[in-house]
Amino acid sequence: MAGIVSYGAYIPYYRLPRSVINKAWGRGGGRGEKAVAGFDEDSITMSIAAGLDCLKRTDPKTVDALFLATTTAPYKERQNSTIAATALDLRRDARNADFANCLRAGTTALLSALDAVNAGSLKSVLVTAADTRLGGASGENEQAFGDGSAAFLLGNKGVAVEIEGSYTLSDDLADYWRAHEDTFVRAWEDRFGRDEGYMKIPAEAAAGVMKKYNLAPKDFAKVCFYGANSRAHAALGGEMKFKPEQIQEPLLDTVGNTGAALPLMILVAALENAKAGDRILLVSWGNGSDAIVLRVTEQIEKIRDRRGIKRHLDIKRTLDNYGRYLRWREMVPLDPPTRHEGGLASMAAQWREHATALPLYGVKCKQCGTPQLFQSASSTHARICLECFAKDNFEPYRFADKRAKLVSFSHDYLGGGIDPPTTAAIIDFDGGGRGAFNMVDRDPDECQVGIGVEMTFRKLRYLLGSHTYVWKCKPVRD
Amino acid sequence: MSGSIKDRVAIAGMGCTRFGERWDTGTNDLLVEAAYQAFEDAGIEPKDVEAAWLGTSSSGGTGMTLAEPLRLQYIPITRVENACATASEAFRNAAYAVAAGIHDIVLAIGVEKFKDSGMSGMGGGGTDGPGHAMLSQGLPPRQFAMLATTYFSRYGLSFEEGKHMIGRVSWKSHKNGALTRNAHFQKEVSMETILNAPMIAWPLGLYDCCGVSDGAAAAIITTPKIAKRLRKGKEPPVFAKALQIAISPRDGNYNSKYDWTHVEATVRAAERAYKEAGITNPREEISMAEVHDCFSITEAVTMEDLRFSPRGKVKDDIESGRFDLDGAQPIQLDGGLKCFGHPVGASGLRMMYEMYMQLQGRADEVLNPGMPSRQIKNPKLGLTHNLGGSPDGCAIFVGIVGLEGV
Repeated sequence: MAGIVSYGAYIPYYRLPRSVINKAWGRGGGRGEKAVAGFDEDSITMSIAAGLDCLKRTDPKTVDALFLATTTAPYKERQNSTIAATALDLRRDARNADFANCLRAGTTALLSALDAVNAGSLKSVLVTAADTRLGGASGENEQAFGDGSAAFLLGNKGVAVEIEGSYTLSDDLADYWRAHEDTFVRAWEDRFGRDEGYMKIPAEAAAGVMKKYNLAPKDFAKVCFYGANSRAHAALGGEMKFKPEQIQEPLLDTVGNTGAALPLMILVAALENAKAGDRILLVSWGNGSDAIVLRVTEQIEKIRDRRGIKRHLDIKRTLDNYGRYLRWREMVPLDPPTRHEGGLASMAAQWREHATALPLYGVKCKQCGTPQLFQSASSTHARICLECFAKDNFEPYRFADKRAKLVSFSHDYLGGGIDPPTTAAIIDFDGGGRGAFNMVDRDPDECQVGIGVEMTFRKLRYLLGSHTYVWKCKPVRD
Repeated sequence: MSGSIKDRVAIAGMGCTRFGERWDTGTNDLLVEAAYQAFEDAGIEPKDVEAAWLGTSSSGGTGMTLAEPLRLQYIPITRVENACATASEAFRNAAYAVAAGIHDIVLAIGVEKFKDSGMSGMGGGGTDGPGHAMLSQGLPPRQFAMLATTYFSRYGLSFEEGKHMIGRVSWKSHKNGALTRNAHFQKEVSMETILNAPMIAWPLGLYDCCGVSDGAAAAIITTPKIAKRLRKGKEPPVFAKALQIAISPRDGNYNSKYDWTHVEATVRAAERAYKEAGITNPREEISMAEVHDCFSITEAVTMEDLRFSPRGKVKDDIESGRFDLDGAQPIQLDGGLKCFGHPVGASGLRMMYEMYMQLQGRADEVLNPGMPSRQIKNPKLGLTHNLGGSPDGCAIFVGIVGLEGV
């Protein structure tokens, strides 16, 4: 039976306590905290981060497609999933697709991947769900929305979680919506969304799937479902006739409402504690509901080393400064930069370099065996070996999955940017090869020559409608 | 290497403008000012110049950048660019034309008009220009700051010890700059001020960074015979002893063997220059030097790369005052890039100008009124050094000039 072969997740390093937001607006209290994407993260970079976690020890060239789900795609026209798939080093003939515009996009992508695997048209599909929804300053959504992502590899072999069946309801009930022109989510009167929507339709879908497969709430070890807030979430659990101990904790106090990624992140958290034989119900919400029945196999034990939700929850730093958050989200007009911005990065040059620069390929010399990364201002293609000077005698060598040691660094206060200082780093990769990268998710005081770093895919800048992505490094924290 | 420039060409005259934020002065004015100083010093007319080499990093295009303001009449002019080694590269190529016997009297001139850019520091910024933009090289301070990070780490200097060492470099340059009339910065600065200045790129603070300035400098290069004739009854001409360029393949960013505590291209260029000039012990034989102190750490490391100080030991020489104006081997006698300023396309010739003036005993011609003499005693050989680029990859010039017969 087809199902989940591997899972992964990603939670950004920075967490903003809700009390910090409240304090900034002259209010007291605030429950828990929310995960905040860094100034250089978006739904593409977070999809890749979860994808990397999910593909641990899997050759990305064996993956036949990337289905990327998000309501906050950086591009409206340009395939976001192909940017992510290239960075993840999937094949050029992978059938990538963007699933968008609905909080249900994550479970829809999951079901579409399942259908493709069941149909035999694709053997292995990576599904990612990520969101970075922006809540307007001082509003309820600013409190509620968090950033994060999850990833699942769907396939037929080595299935760790079988997908036994599903049931879907589509319903154009708009409790929340965001038009093409909108930056922020809009909402109708909350009681309408709650009483006619959230409290009814997912429960109807859950009942529907149980009826379809002749199951009852007692047959499930856990139920994982979307929740806009803790109170509504708990109430819906009761409405679906599950006992409190069956309800998987919805991450709202630690990560926040991560939109299309939320139900899948909750599922990852459930799988981290699941044992073979456990049956899990996954229910999403957004203009209808997908209800999916899953059953854990003994293969689950083989993928326990993912960072997933549990480890990522511990890899964090508290953002005690609301102003910094506003700056990252570009929510306030900033003082104009005194340094000129560069021009638009050449689309032709980016395309020419993508096969090496996006998946971070260097080369290994076939003559002397030296791994090397070529990073000139105009090209990432090495032609002459830096060690033995052999010409064009290389095999591809990927650096994105290698760890490295910090050789040197500096904290740059002059260069500007959204979040100064920028930390510049020179790193030597384990196994050979050197590179110059920016370093992120670091406390300037923890940087020391010799510390271990790993690679992370981030945004370099956004200019004139174009997002430019680049690999950076960050301290290893496990 | 079969040929050597040693004593084959001479400098008959030089000129150097005031460096600084010259809001009221354009590229044309700077070129005319420096060139006419050099013409007057050499005792020639503009029409005597047979060919010219113009160095500029970003303040002009073709040779017309020079011909237009000076109204030079249809002579060959080559525009040269090699980052911060640009002016020295103009000098080297001009000298080679004379040594080759193609021209008798040539002009080497460098200029930069930076302060029309509208920003502090070098151009560029947090974002890259066109290109594939998959990389983020960043501005110069962070590149050189990494040299300090690694140097401190490798030689076991605490942050405080390292900061004091490089701070002492800038303290000395400010002392020298205060004496020099045409310097960009002409004020002494206390160690306390230097050490407590805001960070620009950790661990480099404000006073670890050189000035970004407007300016121009020029040299009239000719054969030894003509130089002696032109300078008859005046101070003797100054002779080229070695002119070397070394361009690195940016090993610092590519090759793990590169340690980030030295600049390999400086070592290579210096060794070739010492061989060309017949120098075996530069610590003793070189009387003085103007080196590329774009950042204080660069000067410190350069002292080791030039073999002025033993590897890993430059701190002792810096702190004991060896490189002060009254020390055994004065460095940055005019304040260096730190205080005289750094108009990229002019800096190499500004350094040459200071060596030229010191060798001729004329250093006090550019003394600030009321200050004690800045002339050092009996200099024989002076060295100039430029680093164009960053420690990981750069264009290096090392030149040695001296009096005849040294």
